[in-house]
Amino acid sequence: MAVLLIAEHDNTSLKDSTVKSMTAAKALGSPVDILVAGHNAKAVADAATKIAGAGKVLLADDAQYAQQLAENMAALVVELAGKYDAVLSPASTSGKNFMPRVAAALNVPQISEIISVDGPDTFTRPIYAGNALQQVQAGAGKKVITVRSTAFKAAELNGSAAVETIGAAKGPGVSEFVKDELSKSERPELASARVVVSGGRGMQSGENFHLLEKIADRLKAAVGASRAAVDAGFVPNDYQVGQTGKVVAPELYIAVGISGAIQHLAGMKDSKVIVAINKDEEAPIFQVADYGLVADLFKAVPELDDELKKQGY
Amino acid sequence: MKVLVPIKRVVDYNVKIRVKADQTGVDLANVKMSMNPFDEIGVEEAIRLKEKGVVTEIIAVSVGPQATQETIRTALAMGADRGILVKVDHEIEALTVAKILAGIAKAEQPQLIILGKQAIDDDSNQTGQMLAQLLGWGQGTFASKVVVEGGKAEVTREVDGGLQTLRLNLPAIITTDLRLNEPRYASLPNIMKAKKKPIDEKSPADYGVDPAPLLKVLKVTEPPKRKGGSKVKTVQELVDKLKNEAGVI
Ligand SMILES: Cc1cc2nc3c(=O)[nH]c(=O)nc-3n(C[C@H](O)[C@H](O)[C@H](O)COP(=O)(O)OP(=O)(O)OC[C@H]3O[C@@H](n4cnc5c(N)ncnc54)[C@H](O)[C@@H]3O)c2cc1C
Ligand SMILES: Cc1cc2nc3c(=O)[nH]c(=O)nc-3n(C[C@H](O)[C@H](O)[C@H](O)COP(=O)(O)OP(=O)(O)OC[C@H]3O[C@@H](n4cnc5c(N)ncnc54)[C@H](O)[C@@H]3O)c2cc1C
Repeated sequence: MAVLLIAEHDNTSLKDSTVKSMTAAKALGSPVDILVAGHNAKAVADAATKIAGAGKVLLADDAQYAQQLAENMAALVVELAGKYDAVLSPASTSGKNFMPRVAAALNVPQISEIISVDGPDTFTRPIYAGNALQQVQAGAGKKVITVRSTAFKAAELNGSAAVETIGAAKGPGVSEFVKDELSKSERPELASARVVVSGGRGMQSGENFHLLEKIADRLKAAVGASRAAVDAGFVPNDYQVGQTGKVVAPELYIAVGISGAIQHLAGMKDSKVIVAINKDEEAPIFQVADYGLVADLFKAVPELDDELKKQGY
Repeated sequence: MKVLVPIKRVVDYNVKIRVKADQTGVDLANVKMSMNPFDEIGVEEAIRLKEKGVVTEIIAVSVGPQATQETIRTALAMGADRGILVKVDHEIEALTVAKILAGIAKAEQPQLIILGKQAIDDDSNQTGQMLAQLLGWGQGTFASKVVVEGGKAEVTREVDGGLQTLRLNLPAIITTDLRLNEPRYASLPNIMKAKKKPIDEKSPADYGVDPAPLLKVLKVTEPPKRKGGSKVKTVQELVDKLKNEAGVI
């Protein structure tokens, strides 16, 4: 089965989600070609050649792919899809944006956010905020799949595929890019960080997130948040962890002042170790926490900072 | 201009669902059903555009069984002008819903279609994008701000890295994110008025669509349970355990 994997990137670096999605792609068949569609994205294509299992890396380098607008991306992928039996992409906001268009153009359903490949046409995906797992079997026709990359191990990076430059496809010209307002941070990315420190409504203000940032800096962690904290304006939208935000599965997730609503748990309950700091001992977050600390966060978090410092972090 | 607002009837977001013992699906018997929260946001956005004078008519559309009529009534009570119920008695897939909606769009000629970014039951996040492709329209998904002006829609989107703004030719598709607006509650007089607003009943065949599923659900199971619940007494104990027991720091 020939597979096309669409790379997630920002024109300068290849995202870890692509390397993880490769593991899902390889489970489907081979060869797995990787598409890098971007602008001035040669470095990304070069990085993709290292992913073990890559057949070739197709580079479509054109101004119209600079922001990966869904309409243009779909036109390109549909043009390439003829040669492949399956098309995969990480289930990032970008993959979620253009992949359903690809599926509609190919007249097949999209299988969203798979967490395992159970057979050549059989996949498992979470539904109801991860409270149920659905195993589905695709019919005949091409498979269009988005991958929950946190559910897959990263592929090795010892490959040496070749880059093939391809032309742009004609987009429908119905949308144009106006601007990006991207959060800048020196910290690791939320989706792939080894440690995540998240704050909820209990933080009371954006200012108070500095308490968590100090911990994050000591543990080289990313900072996340509940929806309540984002809605209250404490932190930007891209911090949101949950059913309708980002799904994370770090080695260590520290939830501070977060009650543990099912929509939040959906985004973090596959973390290896969960720590909860909450003053309400009845808070549902404690039911999923490996280490719960019933305490006032304004006392416990500075103490945690001191203790980590003392231990040399 | 006309706006079409597709709405889905789903299990209320407060309900803790149970997987059926025979693994055929989720137990929906006697479970509270509500409008998908993202679709309430879609209806609200359409009403605000109407209040601004941009929009003249709001049509709420749903595909589902007869009981879905209640969900359409809720949209009418919030402020939609009329409804269309496309009756289907079994679960149907996003692509099929998108094909039906494309048929309705061709008949009604709206300038905007505002969907939710995802339905909280199936979490597919695809219907709006599929519809955009079928119609050949532009899309502004995961919208946190929408401005309609001069034949274009400027849409600010919530993306992984922050925010992105696009300008779309009309007609266009928008899918709502949580921070687009806060939906209103229907007032009692409006609930009464909504009873008199028309709801058309249609079938997939009216739009030439075969509702048979393309995917086969083999089984639905419960995810593995997490064994939590352990407590620590002090911050010192916490750091010690993270370091020496779990080995994660
Ligand atoms: C359609 C839909 C989608 C949603 N998607 C998401 C999503 O993706 N992600 C998400 O997170 N939510 C989501 N939600 C919202 C979710 O239902 C909850 O409302 C939200 O997660 C609550 O956030 P919270 O835990 O920060 O706030 P709260 O529930 O208010 O909890 C605050 C907690 O802080 C504790 N606290 C307060 N002060 C202190 C203190 N001084 N010290 C220690 N502890 C303290 C309290 O005991 C409490 O447990 C969604 C909701 C809907 C309807
Ligand atoms: C055999 C089979 C069994 C299934 N069993 C179940 C089951 O037991 N429970 C279950 O919940 N799902 C089940 N599904 C899937 C279900 O039909 C999905 O709801 C469907 O695929 C649409 O995806 P979604 O709701 O996640 O759409 P999304 O793409 O997540 O929805 C986005 C938006 O599209 C619009 N929209 C979606 N559906 C409708 C609609 N019907 N009418 C109007 N607007 C709509 C809304 O604006 C919504 O906010 C089953 C599917 C199949 C094929």
